[in-house]
Order: sequence, then C-alpha cells, then structure tokens
Amino acid sequence: MPAAPASGSRLRLTALLAPPLLWLTLAYLGSLAVLLLSAFWATDSFTSDVVHTWNTDNFHELLTTPVYRTIALRTLSIAAAVTVIDALLALPMAFFMARVAGRRWRRPLLVAVVTPLWAGYLVKAYAWRVMLGEDGVVNAALAPLGLHGPGYGTTAAVIVLGYLWLPYMILPVYAALERLPGRVLEASADLGAGAWRTLRSVVLPAVRPAVLAGSVFTFSLSLGDYLTVQIVGGKTQLLGNVIASQVTLDLPMAAALSAVPVVLIVCYLAAVRRAGALDSL
Amino acid sequence: MRLSRTAKVVLGCVTAAGLALVYVPLLLVLLNSVNADRSFGWPPSGLTGRWWRAALHSDGARQALLTSVRAGLAATAIALVLGTLAAYAVHRHRFFGRRTVSFLLVLPIALPGIVSGIALNAAFRTVLEPIGIGFGLFTVVVGHATFCVVIVFNNIGARLSRLAPSLAEASADLGARPWQTFRYVTFPAMRSALFAGGLLAFALSFDEIVVTTFTAGPGTRTLPIWIYENLARPHQAPVVNVVAALLVLLSVVPVYIAQRLSSDTAGGRL
Repeated sequence: MPAAPASGSRLRLTALLAPPLLWLTLAYLGSLAVLLLSAFWATDSFTSDVVHTWNTDNFHELLTTPVYRTIALRTLSIAAAVTVIDALLALPMAFFMARVAGRRWRRPLLVAVVTPLWAGYLVKAYAWRVMLGEDGVVNAALAPLGLHGPGYGTTAAVIVLGYLWLPYMILPVYAALERLPGRVLEASADLGAGAWRTLRSVVLPAVRPAVLAGSVFTFSLSLGDYLTVQIVGGKTQLLGNVIASQVTLDLPMAAALSAVPVVLIVCYLAAVRRAGALDSL
Repeated sequence: MRLSRTAKVVLGCVTAAGLALVYVPLLLVLLNSVNADRSFGWPPSGLTGRWWRAALHSDGARQALLTSVRAGLAATAIALVLGTLAAYAVHRHRFFGRRTVSFLLVLPIALPGIVSGIALNAAFRTVLEPIGIGFGLFTVVVGHATFCVVIVFNNIGARLSRLAPSLAEASADLGARPWQTFRYVTFPAMRSALFAGGLLAFALSFDEIVVTTFTAGPGTRTLPIWIYENLARPHQAPVVNVVAALLVLLSVVPVYIAQRLSSDTAGGRL
C-alpha cells in the first residue's frame, strides 16, 4: 500500500495520527513521565507529603535493601513459572483444537476457551479462594487420596495466575496452528519425518512467535499482579503488593519500585520483538 | 503429519481435562450463589433463592453496575474513535516511526496495571487536582480509554489488512469523494470489526480493577471495586456471590454476539 507523497496524503496522515498520538502522549506518556520524576523526589516521613527535592535516595535504597531484591526475584520467578506452565498447557490444547478435532468441533472448543475471559478477573480469583480454602473443593477432592491441597500461599498464587491467563496463551497459539498449511505437514511426512520430528522441526518453529506473543501477556500480567496474590497468596509479597501498599504512604518510593517491572517488561518486549512476536499480538 | 491413535487420544484427554479445570471454579461460583450457608463450605448444605432476591434489592450493587456501564460506554466511545484513526494511519500509510506508533499503542496493556494505575494517579494528583478536576468518573474514563485504544486498533487493523485497498481505489476511480468511499465502501466492510472491537474494549473496561482503584477516588465505585470492597464483609458475602454468578452467566452473551458477527473476531483479537 504505497502512499503517494502528495501533500493531500500527508495532511490526511497527520489528521489521522494527531488525535491518538496526542491522547497517548498527554494521558499516558505524560503520566509515566510524572511517575518517573516523582521517583526522584522524597517523602516527609512525618507528614507523608511529597517533598520536591531532587535526589536518588529511593533508587539507592531499592538497590541496597536485600528485601527488595528478594521480592523482585520472587516476582520474576513466579511470572516465569506461570508463563512456562501456560505454554505447556496451551500447546497440546491448541494443537488438538486446531489440528486433531474435526472441523465442526473447532468453533465450540474455541468458544469454550474464550468464554471464561469474560467472566471477570475478581470472580475467578475469588472462586479459587473458595476452592483452595480449608473446607474447599480441592481439599475435599484430595482427602480420599490422603493428600492435602496447597492452601493459600505461593503455590496457590502460581496456580491461580496460570488459570487466569491461560486463554491469553491458547488464543495466539491456536491461531498460528490453524494458519499452518496442511501441505507443510504432509510434505514433512512424505520426506520421511515421523510425528515427533515434524513436531520439532515444523510445528514448533511455526508457533514460536505465537507462544512469545502469548507470553507477553502471561509474563506482564503476572509481574504486575497484586490482587490475586492478596486473595490466594497468603503471606506472599510480590512487587505489585509492595508498590500498592507504598502508594499512599510514600509515592516516590512506589514510583522507584515500579521502575523494576517496567525495566523488566521493556527488556522482554524488546527481546520478543526481535523474534517478530509483536506482529501477531 | 500422521499422528498415532494413542497420540490423538492423549491430546484429546489433555484438552478435556484443561477445559474441565477451567470450568470447575465457574460452576462453583454458580453453586455458591444458591448455597443456603452464609459462608461457603464443601459440600453445600442446601439450596436457596434468598440471596438472589437480596441482591436484586441491593442499592450498592445497582449503583456500581450503573457506574461501570457509564465508564465502559464512555471509554469505548473514545477508544473507537482513536483506535480507528490510528489503525487507518498504520495500515493504509507508510511513514517514519510506524512501528513506534504500534508499540506506543500496545504499551498501556503491556505494562502492568499497577504501573499504569499509579502513573495516572500521580499525574492526576500533580496536574489535574491543582486546576480543580478531582478524581471521579472522568479520571476513570481517561484511564480506561487509554488501554482500550489498542483493542480497537488491533481489530480494525486486522480487518484493514485483509481488505484490498483496490476497493477504495476503484471507488475513487468511479468518482466517489473520499467521504463517499468511506461511507459506502470502507465503513460497511468494517462494521463488524468495529462492533467486535468495541465489545472487547467495553468488556476490558468493565472488568478492570487495578487502574480503576488508583483513578477513581473515594466516591466512584465500579462493579469490580464494589465486589472487592464487599469481599471482606461477611454479611455482604451472599450478595457478592450472586453478583459473581451473574457475571459468569452474562459472560456467554458477548461471546455469542462476537461469534455471530464474524469468523475472525471470535473474541480472540486481544
């Protein structure tokens, strides 16, 4: 779609781009800039008011306090675990839906995966609180086997986050598998490759960008979550919880802390973008 | 690729188990709303419609629902305009910084909600409050619209990239002015994508809690905020259960509509 470099076209482009860019710059980038700035301010420990004196104490504290490092690492590992679990669940499910199930079954299966997305984040997190409680379904189901559920804690947080974001991983992987031409798979078989070889050399490379695209959601949503952790995480503290609890007490420190997930995600986006995953987002 | 029968059965079982796992908690929410017990234990002690009647008369829930609908509609309207404009610019023009624009649009949903939330909170506190605009429905709408734009952008973009530009060119060759081409050719081809994008944007706004918490101020209560506030109150628990069950039941509606609309917008283009 070559756009003629005529002045009319350029005028139209400007008119198209100006409103969304203006909105995003003012409302979003502007806000991020204010947040970044306030990370360099201080808080009066007596009144909790923000004092506008430029300093880097918050970042110094962030980098030297061991608790923050522990929490950052814990958050990172939970986000990574959730992403891996979702990818491992999504791959066979999406493969079955797109490649094994009959044509008539694809739509209903896709609907079955998509519908829970609309049921509400809080409703689902809360449902898991009921499931994992002492008198909950999980314990009732495991009791005959002599087992006990994980209760509230880090394991529960990983399970529930994995549950919440699973559709975000299935959808792109399903789309990629459905687009994969059947001829490619036949060609691989004709050339003598078995199912495993075809899976490894044809299917996996084809769905890699989709898995990465899905992982942007599972990773980023887990990295910033604090409500699920509050609901089922027991005493587990993640970056989100610390930031949320600092906002009213010490905004500059909360701002400095939120630089951590931002840096992590920007690095992740940059890495994923090089793999071409953002095009299928 | 020839899969063995065993492999197919195993894949089918994994899918069935995965879906069962997805639906167990949701069924539990439904069951919970008609559970005679106030506190939830397993197994339930009996069935009752009492809580549903109580929920229908809950002013707090009704007010919160109204606020959520208002915020969702306003944010969706803004997102539809901005997202469509941006999609047109990116998918129908080549210009310097094109990829940066798409990146910028994705940023509000790619960054964690807590970061967006406190960024907006800090900005409103430092910029809007001094000029007399307090936290309320307006600030909620600004926050929601910001991350809804990308949903519309994705839906319209997907449609535009499949729509041959030659159609619009043909229309121009036949003497239609740009506005007429839009009115009679482009808009009808995009209508269902607009609707699906709007639906998704509305749903995202309706469900959003983190950004809302930090942009709403004390007087503005959307439905998720109301649910969250009442989760901790034992005497409100049955009403919260009913509202949760209602949300689970209603989740079928948008999926059904999106399915009827078109094949490529199965609610999938996030």
